[in-house]
Amino acid sequence: MNTIGLLFFVGIVGLTLFVTYIASKRTNSASEFYTAGGGLTGWQNGIAIAGDYLSAASFLGIAGAIALFGFDGFFYSIGYLVAYLVVLYIVAEPLRNLGKYTLADMITARFDQKKIRAAAAISTLTIVLFYMIAQLVGAGALIQLLLGIDYWVAVLLVGVMMTIYVLWGGMAATSWVQIIKAVLLMLGTVLISVLVLWKFNFNILAMFTEMKSVTANGEAYLHPGVKYTNGLDTISMMIALVLGTAGLPHILMRFFTVKDAKTARSSVVYATWIVGIFYVLTIFLGFGAAAFVGSDAIIAANPAGNMAAPLLAQALGGDILMSFISAVAFATILAVVAGLVLSGASAFAHDLYGQIFKKGKATEKQQMNAARLASIGVSAFSILLALGAQSMNVAFLVSLAFCIAASANLPVIIYTIYWKNFNTTGALTAIITGLVSALVLVALSPNLWAADGSMTFTGEALFPLTNPALISVPLGFLGGWIGTLVGARADQRKYAEVDVKANIGLK
Amino acid sequence: MANNTKNALNTTKPLEKKKAVSKSDDSIGAGPPNYSAIAESTEFKLLKKKKSKFILPITIFFLLSYILLPILTSYTTILNNNAFGDIAWVWVYALALFVMTWVLCMVYVRRANDFDKEAEIIFEKEKAGDYK
Repeated sequence: MNTIGLLFFVGIVGLTLFVTYIASKRTNSASEFYTAGGGLTGWQNGIAIAGDYLSAASFLGIAGAIALFGFDGFFYSIGYLVAYLVVLYIVAEPLRNLGKYTLADMITARFDQKKIRAAAAISTLTIVLFYMIAQLVGAGALIQLLLGIDYWVAVLLVGVMMTIYVLWGGMAATSWVQIIKAVLLMLGTVLISVLVLWKFNFNILAMFTEMKSVTANGEAYLHPGVKYTNGLDTISMMIALVLGTAGLPHILMRFFTVKDAKTARSSVVYATWIVGIFYVLTIFLGFGAAAFVGSDAIIAANPAGNMAAPLLAQALGGDILMSFISAVAFATILAVVAGLVLSGASAFAHDLYGQIFKKGKATEKQQMNAARLASIGVSAFSILLALGAQSMNVAFLVSLAFCIAASANLPVIIYTIYWKNFNTTGALTAIITGLVSALVLVALSPNLWAADGSMTFTGEALFPLTNPALISVPLGFLGGWIGTLVGARADQRKYAEVDVKANIGLK
Repeated sequence: MANNTKNALNTTKPLEKKKAVSKSDDSIGAGPPNYSAIAESTEFKLLKKKKSKFILPITIFFLLSYILLPILTSYTTILNNNAFGDIAWVWVYALALFVMTWVLCMVYVRRANDFDKEAEIIFEKEKAGDYK
């Protein structure tokens, strides 16, 4: 670690702590803590959404995947981006109009029952936990490589930082950490992309021609099928990517940080532009890494390809650029895990403690204490899990989180907003069927089972697909439908209220 | 940066005040809106119809165009042919999905602003007590 590298790290940590300090002076109510008082503007929330979304898996993972597998790596970029249309067209505005702090708030706006809130909170916590372990394990491995410190020290470092942001600064600090990170990430990505293009004399046609011959895959590198050879599995993964985003708790939570549906809408537009430009640039990151670092060197640093972007930075701009990109990657991880802690804590403190245990009668002080305690709890628990999960496949954990979000959360969100006859039983069965089927199918999948003993368990996988979304998402919808047929008739007056609120935002 | 941060963090304060004011407005008025009456009104039904007529076909369109990509790449090789130089059609298709996302994003905002205006009319009528 050189002096300049250290300066970048200290600078980023200092800046984010400074923001946390400012935010902490105002974070003295539950509304401030969970949603920054609903006072973010469209562009602020838009950049923060992008900051929340462009996780280490996006930045380091996709760059590595494109570097190693060519077009197949780019599938992720496409799925993650088009997902924003689902968010914008179907979910964002009704969610803002109906909810307060959490997804469960929105569903219980129609079905005010504890068991529904509990089910929604549990699915939120499950998703957050999987996503969080993925980010922390990835962070630990990465920082271990970048800074040359032990894995457990790295996980602890990230864990303590995220707890500080959330505990003192709540949503305001978390949002600003995300904004800072998104700006730095875009700067770094644009810079590397320009340098890569420069190497190809700004000729994209020539770049593609050259990419035909620089990798061991030859021309196949530029065509799909290098990594994904099972059609159903590819389609299933793409379904999880496009539908999962609209059910991710830490993304949904961001829509409560703005004052109304109109601002929620504009923030999705900002986010879509930023995220879209970023994902186009992943092509240059990936191609650049393949051409100027080489797949052997990338795999030698990390078998999953996660070091492709930092190595490319080193190849193009030496230690200074490498240090900058590493610091950006560090900030990326911090911002995402802070957002996750916050959404986990809200499910725990607001839904389970405040609304179910205290029946919505907790005082402001009790709510704040619960929120802070839950943040510490969620952080500590996920740090412990991450310390034990060092050898887990990170990409698998992330895609599982997307799959649960698409299967357990999206059906109930869509039914609650758009289906007149949807009822309490249906809401419960939709969440449970989606959650359980996603978990069970993954437990039986080739992610955990291999006949040759290369995975956690030895034996034939009972379920053939690595990503179960193709089956579990329809099951979630089916579960909600059957539950609705079985259950009592829906309260039509309550639906009229939800319908009016969701559509025009009348309170 | 630091200054910006501070300013932006502070911008919420006036908003909170506004919120508080509108809340007290509600409590002065005649209780919560009559949602059933609004839901049954022609203007609300018309707005909902317009909305679903806009949202549903576009949603089906973008989901189908999206999922067609992995279907085509998994079961055919037609997208492997080159479109420009050594750039295969699969990249063109993928980029078209990016452009589609941005265009549909802007289309949505434009239409949603129209819907806002119609919702505003319902707000006004509600305030005037038309749905009691």
